[in-house]
Amino acid sequence: MTRSTAPTEALPHEGVVRRLQLSWPLLVVATILVALPAIPQVPPFQRILLTHGLIMGIAALGFNLLLGYTGLLSFGHSAFFGTAAYTAAFLVKYLHLGSMEAFLVAGIAASGLVAIVFGTVCVRYTRIFFAILALALSQVLWGLAIKLFWITGGTDGIRVPTPTLLFGLMGVPEDKLTFLATTYYYYVLAVFALAVAAVGVVVHSPFGKAVQAIRDDEVRAEFVGVPVRTYRWVAFVLSGVFTGLAGALWAPLNGHVTPDVLYWPFSGRIVFMAVLGGFRSFVGPLVGAVVFTYLEAYAVGYAVYWQAVLGVVLIGLVLAMPTGLVGAGAWLAARFRRG
Amino acid sequence: MDVLVIQLLNALLYAAVFFLIAGGLSLIYGVMRIVNLAHGSLYALGAYVMAWMVGSLAVRVPAPTLLLALVPLAGALVAGVGAVIEPMLRPLYQRAEEYQLLMTFGLLLLLEDLMRFLWGPTPLSAGTLWAAFGPVTIFGSPYPKYNLLVIVFGLIMATLLWAIVYRTRFGVLLRATSQNMRMAAALGIDVRSVYVQAFSLGCFMAGLAGAVIVPIQGAVLGMGVEALILAFVAVVIGGLGSLEGALVGAVIVGLVRTAAIQYFPELELAILYLIAAVVLIVRPSGLFGAPEARRA
Repeated sequence: MTRSTAPTEALPHEGVVRRLQLSWPLLVVATILVALPAIPQVPPFQRILLTHGLIMGIAALGFNLLLGYTGLLSFGHSAFFGTAAYTAAFLVKYLHLGSMEAFLVAGIAASGLVAIVFGTVCVRYTRIFFAILALALSQVLWGLAIKLFWITGGTDGIRVPTPTLLFGLMGVPEDKLTFLATTYYYYVLAVFALAVAAVGVVVHSPFGKAVQAIRDDEVRAEFVGVPVRTYRWVAFVLSGVFTGLAGALWAPLNGHVTPDVLYWPFSGRIVFMAVLGGFRSFVGPLVGAVVFTYLEAYAVGYAVYWQAVLGVVLIGLVLAMPTGLVGAGAWLAARFRRG
Repeated sequence: MDVLVIQLLNALLYAAVFFLIAGGLSLIYGVMRIVNLAHGSLYALGAYVMAWMVGSLAVRVPAPTLLLALVPLAGALVAGVGAVIEPMLRPLYQRAEEYQLLMTFGLLLLLEDLMRFLWGPTPLSAGTLWAAFGPVTIFGSPYPKYNLLVIVFGLIMATLLWAIVYRTRFGVLLRATSQNMRMAAALGIDVRSVYVQAFSLGCFMAGLAGAVIVPIQGAVLGMGVEALILAFVAVVIGGLGSLEGALVGAVIVGLVRTAAIQYFPELELAILYLIAAVVLIVRPSGLFGAPEARRA
């Protein structure tokens, strides 16, 4: 059995050096992201698309807490994304609340609750059992969303109008396009930065190291004194909450919530993003999510059989490029440096 | 009373089909330690192939002959697809299971779209075959004769499979490979060929399941994943890797599903998963399964 090395540093001083090297590309990316609305050549549509990408990035990053760091592959993350999105929709429909902060808090709470329940069942198992159990449980929610149509609107879904931001400081704007392309873009960017930082803190914390130890060798981790099942459960809940956060952000951007976000292909897309970018690296899922969003936006128009394309690419990735885009990029960079 | 009998027969009908799917899934897992996420799609493929053949041939040939000829043909075709898929999985046997799941998930996506490409998004029906058999009267109420045939077919297949696994030389090879692949290889068993055969046999059963169900309910996109999940529930209840478990699990799933559809259709799936969850909590390896081995 091949064992992977942890994607994080081995020695403290090495880590500092690597982080300094890493901060340059990070600064460049951050500057571009912040300055984007000021560049007139970039049309608003591009920023909305990028907002989609960032949101899916949060979802994929949360998902990767399980796959990349804990070693559990979930085919059921649509459950958390969809629960949070539906929670936002319910707030609008039944409580007539239109505050983004309410969406976020309620979405996180609801997806966290679902993750607590699902996690309690799922983390008793690993590997195959875990993967399909997560899939099965998520499909229960999908079935409920469709069948309890008097609550959820069935396959028609629920409309989510533009919310107010920052506890009502920013009221509902008149022009939705400008709102989504500028104000909401910055809002999502800020939440994105916070979420990435939070996940970064989690994976570098003692808890993060412990779950990586569980991933690499469960038995040894247990001997060292790591409470394996409890930590897996905590990782599951955290993962669900971050994916739920993405769902709450997504609901007003899309403007409409349908059972599709609870259906298994949606989970498959999250899995795909993480694997495409490279689930063995921290930034891999982020890269994968943004690239995937653009690919999908531009390829769906041309490729009727988009799902088959995804299937073929996934098979290719598993067989030939298991480290994903980030891994391949690092490999190319290393070759280039060597000359 | 007669409603109960009819419902019981319906439950057995589902059980027969679920056993074929779950049995194949379990067999493949037992021998190769792989859960094929594309297994449900292979069942759907069987259904599509059958419906397509029935659609092009049904006019002249009498129904029983048609059924007898086409069901094994559909199964064999799916088995052939399985024989193509298995070599693609070979590089993954030594790698972490995440990769196997990702790979078979890729196959699932590919197969679903392949069926959409070949037969279009509208459902295919083979209902003429079902109607040709007509009804039979049971306790005063009419019941489709074809459905009874499927139940009998399921029983025959279960017996046959049991005989293959426990009473033939091939069965001995299967069980030996399943218990200890390295030892089996050291003793001169061609493990690679056992793998291909086991995988194809599992796919054959999935194809048969699709072929026998399609005259009753037609072939639709998405039936594969639904079947995968239900078969997995059956296998989890019974114990992954055990044929007896698959049979018992399939009967339980069939019964619960029928009762749920009759009395509380909204909660059908939820109740099935609840049962699976309870079994997993009480007996983690399922009713008939061996305790899950830890990763070395």
